[in-house]
Amino acid sequence: MSTWWAVLAAGLACYALKLAGLSVPHQVLERPAVRAVADRLPVALLAGLVAVQVLGGSADQDLVLDARAAGLGAAVVLLLLRAPFLVVVVGAALTAALLRL
Amino acid sequence: MSEPALSPDERAPIVRDSLGVGIATGLYGTSFGAVSVASGLDVAQTCALSLLMFTGASQFALVGVLGAGGSAVSAALTAALLGTRNTLYGLRLAPLLAWRGARRLGAAHLVIDESTAMAVTRGSTAAARTGFTWTGGSVFVLWNLFTLLGAIGGTVLGDPRTYGLDAAVGAAFLALLWPRLREPGGLALALAAAAVALLVVPLAPAGVPVLAAGGTALLAGLLARGRSRQEGTA
Repeated sequence: MSTWWAVLAAGLACYALKLAGLSVPHQVLERPAVRAVADRLPVALLAGLVAVQVLGGSADQDLVLDARAAGLGAAVVLLLLRAPFLVVVVGAALTAALLRL
Repeated sequence: MSEPALSPDERAPIVRDSLGVGIATGLYGTSFGAVSVASGLDVAQTCALSLLMFTGASQFALVGVLGAGGSAVSAALTAALLGTRNTLYGLRLAPLLAWRGARRLGAAHLVIDESTAMAVTRGSTAAARTGFTWTGGSVFVLWNLFTLLGAIGGTVLGDPRTYGLDAAVGAAFLALLWPRLREPGGLALALAAAAVALLVVPLAPAGVPVLAAGGTALLAGLLARGRSRQEGTA
């Protein structure tokens, strides 16, 4: 039963946190200090996501260098060649998949 | 809405790219379903998590803490802590999506890593809404479907890593980041944020490293603001 409580309470909390961000008033977002930070958030968050996606371990909180890094290398080469988005994504997946055969 | 709608030529590539990310991410629902059942939750609880919580890191954290024998309270708190990342995403998405009322209430549920990534780099509200809705919607449908399959059948497709899907998601985020690396200070900020995230990985549960990376934007933004103020240009 307590598992159900955890599922429902945490689910509600996570939804409330999502809604809170979307509901911040326009005037607050227009303030220069908030804008200076908000403009930089996508770069920092995306860079953090890339790093964790490629080098993060599955569950046991460690860093792992494996086929994903080669996949990212392939993505860099494809991006330098100005390949379209889906080509970059599929190219990285294929590289990692082939290395794991 | 005062902005013009997207032409089919502008819309099609955004939809296609969004579905690509949606499929690569959604298939991971299999892993979550299997891990959740292995951690002691039943199929209904597992599916309820994907439907109601719908944010991967928090879901994995909740079942991880419960599976390791943690209390329901600590499991819920850990999941909520990791969910604060989505508040940051919402902050950035709010002016871009510019939705109110019932649509905002619905959109809030789809605020996750992938839908944010596919929206924040767009130049117009219409393009951001297209990327956000198609990515969030396709991840939602597939994540829930594959959570169920993973929970009842273990691994129907086998390990998603066999298909390199784990590398695909990182590549997608890099491709979205790429154009912004050429902006002044963009590359330096990205490298700093990535370094901070990696430093935090061994110290904290999944989700926290990305929050820490967001912290570098806070620091860089406030530093730049302080500098421009000193120069009297603010």
